[in-house]
Amino acid sequence: MTTRRYSAAEPVGQLVEELHKLPGIGPKTAQRLTYHLVRMPRDDAMRLADAILAVKDRIVLCSQCYNITETDPCPLCSGPTRDRTRICVVEEALDVVALERTGVYTGLYHVLHGVISPMNGIGPDELKIRPLLDRLKGGGVREVILATNPNLEGEATSMYVHNLIAPLGVKVTRPARGLPVGGDLEYADEVTLSRAIEGRQSM
Amino acid sequence: MARPRTYETEGVVLRQMPLGEADRILTLFTPDRGKLRVVAKGVRRPKSRLAGHLEPLTRARVSVREGRSLDHVGEAETLRSYRRLREDLKLVSKGIYLADLIDSFTVDQSPSTALFDVLVGSLAWLESASGVEEALRYFEVQLLHVSGFGPELRNCVECRSALKPSPYGFCAAAGGILCAGCGASAKGSLIPLSVNAIKLLRFFQREPPAAVAGFVAPSRVLQEAAWALRGHITYVLERDLKSARFMNLVAAAAPRRKPIAI
Ligand SMILES: [Zn+2]
Ligand SMILES: [Zn+2]
Repeated sequence: MTTRRYSAAEPVGQLVEELHKLPGIGPKTAQRLTYHLVRMPRDDAMRLADAILAVKDRIVLCSQCYNITETDPCPLCSGPTRDRTRICVVEEALDVVALERTGVYTGLYHVLHGVISPMNGIGPDELKIRPLLDRLKGGGVREVILATNPNLEGEATSMYVHNLIAPLGVKVTRPARGLPVGGDLEYADEVTLSRAIEGRQSM
Repeated sequence: MARPRTYETEGVVLRQMPLGEADRILTLFTPDRGKLRVVAKGVRRPKSRLAGHLEPLTRARVSVREGRSLDHVGEAETLRSYRRLREDLKLVSKGIYLADLIDSFTVDQSPSTALFDVLVGSLAWLESASGVEEALRYFEVQLLHVSGFGPELRNCVECRSALKPSPYGFCAAAGGILCAGCGASAKGSLIPLSVNAIKLLRFFQREPPAAVAGFVAPSRVLQEAAWALRGHITYVLERDLKSARFMNLVAAAAPRRKPIAI
């Protein structure tokens, strides 16, 4: 990339490189962000640096649900009104945020921190599956909702986890799958469409 | 600026990696362009028109717009979703293994209609859920054969003497079967192959997908062939495939008792 030419501005090259390591940041975007940061007032830059450090110093994984949190256990796990008989299993901490926004789910969560993806080098051991089984063996949970993404890897992960949970006698469910709101029937793929038809409900 | 060119092709999605906020980089295996890396915009959004047609292990017709670095998928339509395969953990782990093997044995943009036919034939065979191990062995033999790593099965790989119908040892390092004499003095470990296992390997190496679909072999014979092929593949790739490990992990697990509630 072009930054290599400016040997006098080595810190610039370094920042580009660090930003480029972030997910979703290509070399062009990393450059744009870097030059934006160069022009940024020092106070703003300090606030950004502090926020990054605060995340690293103050945020931990909840020892029960593996959500990211400032307190351990997290507010959801220690919440007095949460339904402790249900655990919703999700891929990422962001999925917890999305589900909480709906306000309809009142149970607990378990964050796997990824999805089984053998072709990208991720097997079951790289995920927080063992701790989930330990939680279930502790008793008191009556339903596990496997809310991984409705794609090949998400579903393979759910099937894998389900096989491990099955001997424990806990009810296992999967969110309903069907046509997306605002979607157009004619563009739906056959798997989505057939599942939507199979899961139809009376009006 | 010249107008970007588009082309149409069909392919099986081998793998995907997230890109940016909502996009993915897909690896497709196509008959006319070989392995192809393309960008699919917006496919991680629930409302994406493309997403369901571009899942791994989907055979799809795609129209692709040429880009400066990577090409972009414009439209996609499922030709075959192999739905029964993707809804069974054991089968899907095997499907992923096939995709991983193709990805490992091919380089970008080297077309092979033969290999494409073997891939879609094997996926259909797997989906039928009868002769699952046969489908895997057939795929492995053909992939090795087409990509130039086919094991020597008719003559001794060392001294070239013709093999008689009798049991022999398979040497992964040498890339084939050793005669009794060469086998006795071989340094590497030998994988024993019965007459029927050798016949099976030769049959699978010779026949096109249509001639072998649904073929059933005794499990002992399949197991011998599996050991020889696994040894050979590991030797050629110089590594174990994570997908093979996952497939074996899933295969070793106890069968599920009740279907999942959906
Ligand atoms: Zn928690
Ligand atoms: Zn010999």
